[in-house]
Amino acid sequence: MQRALRPKRFHQLWPFYLLAAPGILYFLTFHYIPMTGLILAFKEYSPFKGMMDSPWVGLDNFRQFFGTSDFYMLLKNTLLISLLNLIIYFPFTIFLSLLLNEVRLKVFKRVSQTIVYLPHFLSWVVIYGITISFFGPSGVINHYLGQWFDGSANFLVSNEWFRPLVIFQSIWKDAGWGTIIFLAALAGINPEQYEAAKVDGASRLQSIWHITLPGIKGTIVILLLLRLGSSMDSNFMQIFLMTNSLNLDVSNVFDLFVYHVGLEQFNYSFAITVGMFKSVASLILVLGANYAAKLLGEEGIF
Amino acid sequence: MKLKATWFDTIIVVIICLISLLVILPFLYIIAVSFSPPGDSMAGNFFIWPKHWTLDAYSYLLNANTFLTSVKNSVIITAMGTVLSLFVSITLAYALSKKFLPGRRIMLLVIFFTMIFHGGMIPNYLVVKNLGLIDSYWAVVLPAASSAFNIMVIRSFFQSLPESLDEAARIDGAGEFRILYSIVLPLSKPIIATFTLFFMVQFWNEFFSAVIYLNDTMRWPIQPLLRQMVAISASNISAEAAVDASLAANLGPNVQNAAILLAMLPIVMVYPFLQKYFAKGAMLGSIKE
Repeated sequence: MQRALRPKRFHQLWPFYLLAAPGILYFLTFHYIPMTGLILAFKEYSPFKGMMDSPWVGLDNFRQFFGTSDFYMLLKNTLLISLLNLIIYFPFTIFLSLLLNEVRLKVFKRVSQTIVYLPHFLSWVVIYGITISFFGPSGVINHYLGQWFDGSANFLVSNEWFRPLVIFQSIWKDAGWGTIIFLAALAGINPEQYEAAKVDGASRLQSIWHITLPGIKGTIVILLLLRLGSSMDSNFMQIFLMTNSLNLDVSNVFDLFVYHVGLEQFNYSFAITVGMFKSVASLILVLGANYAAKLLGEEGIF
Repeated sequence: MKLKATWFDTIIVVIICLISLLVILPFLYIIAVSFSPPGDSMAGNFFIWPKHWTLDAYSYLLNANTFLTSVKNSVIITAMGTVLSLFVSITLAYALSKKFLPGRRIMLLVIFFTMIFHGGMIPNYLVVKNLGLIDSYWAVVLPAASSAFNIMVIRSFFQSLPESLDEAARIDGAGEFRILYSIVLPLSKPIIATFTLFFMVQFWNEFFSAVIYLNDTMRWPIQPLLRQMVAISASNISAEAAVDASLAANLGPNVQNAAILLAMLPIVMVYPFLQKYFAKGAMLGSIKE
């Protein structure tokens, strides 16, 4: 009986393939065909000869890339931003989740969640605009610095301020949004545990330490590993906007370098080489993160 | 049990209030500057309540051709992108939600792989260029039509619908398209609403693809234009084409901040509707089969 109801033969199945077709075509065109472009990393692209007929150069592009001091600068800048996000932004999100979780007044909780989620939906350009209004040369911060302390700072064009600003932007934009997944995990903790702890005389801080945090340990580990897995990716849009010729020493990351070399200097082959190095390194990190999650007895990311 | 506020509760409420204030204050400041004459904000003699009110910035922007064109472009791109994304994502996710479909695992694998590996910026650019899409809205819309994440979330929603439903319709002789259109889609309003809003936000906020794919600045949506308008004060405009001269000449802090506000206005307007759904939507993505 069951069987007769499910389409099994092709004349019953074709509607599903037809429905899948546009989407599959999309993934092939805009995700898989670009992957074939990666062979240009092993060629010296010549616009006159085209992708297929450009001469092979083997690993020359890679040798050239690893041989420059650019490579170490890019690696350092990229990893530093990821690392700072990991040790500042990430714990802050957990902290905020714990705070929101402890709020007992439902209305207050909902209102504050609505507020802290909002910046997530703004574009990076808007965030950048707000940043300039505050930290720009004639921004409000500089105004008060001048009024109260008799000085000013060039936040947007200095090496020292680039990283703090970028981390601050990330927190402002996404820390609230990041709490959603932790709050869901927190909601899954059995309330009986808290009651038992209370009977035993535990304080609120003690129950957070001994019940709440262990309760979301799995989620923390998974998200932490996911972040480690994506540490080669900087938030490109954010960096792209915040960068300028005066802070390039600290702001130049792989994606930005690819943009400059490829789309501004039209050196496609070399840009693809750099991009490919990044993609492959990311893939290894993600797979490594997944493996590590499984070793730790968590379910893994996939 | 009656809630009794302890010092612990008080501290938490105070910290959350401070954090919320830190989120809200920038908005209030931006609004105040946009309504103040440029002299006032440059002298900095107010913070969130303008001393003198003026609508100059808004009347200027609403008469500036460059700005209006960019709004029009953004509306077109958002409309095209949202419709296309919904179509591509829903149809594919629906097909993939059918466990009896041969080849389903392969297709899922093909889609999932794009989450962890991709060609990167330059190969994507070359594909768009070779398709002849440069300087057309399609260049912004098509490459962003869907993502593995969207497919996974929508698919898991479709899978949560009872299977007996379409089996019953099938017995009654309904075709597959009919089932999708008149039974499944009406039942999927929550997820469709969520993604309609997500896609609208995504395309309205689209910035980078416009910068690299649209050389013709008359085709620019609002975000790249806004970037140039605000970057002038930071004196770090890069080599890209500059905004039109009359717009640049008139840029005071009030105009810049009014532009920031107008660029986020649609988001702030859809946000209350979005809010009802997104927490659930975001969670769906983390549920595994």
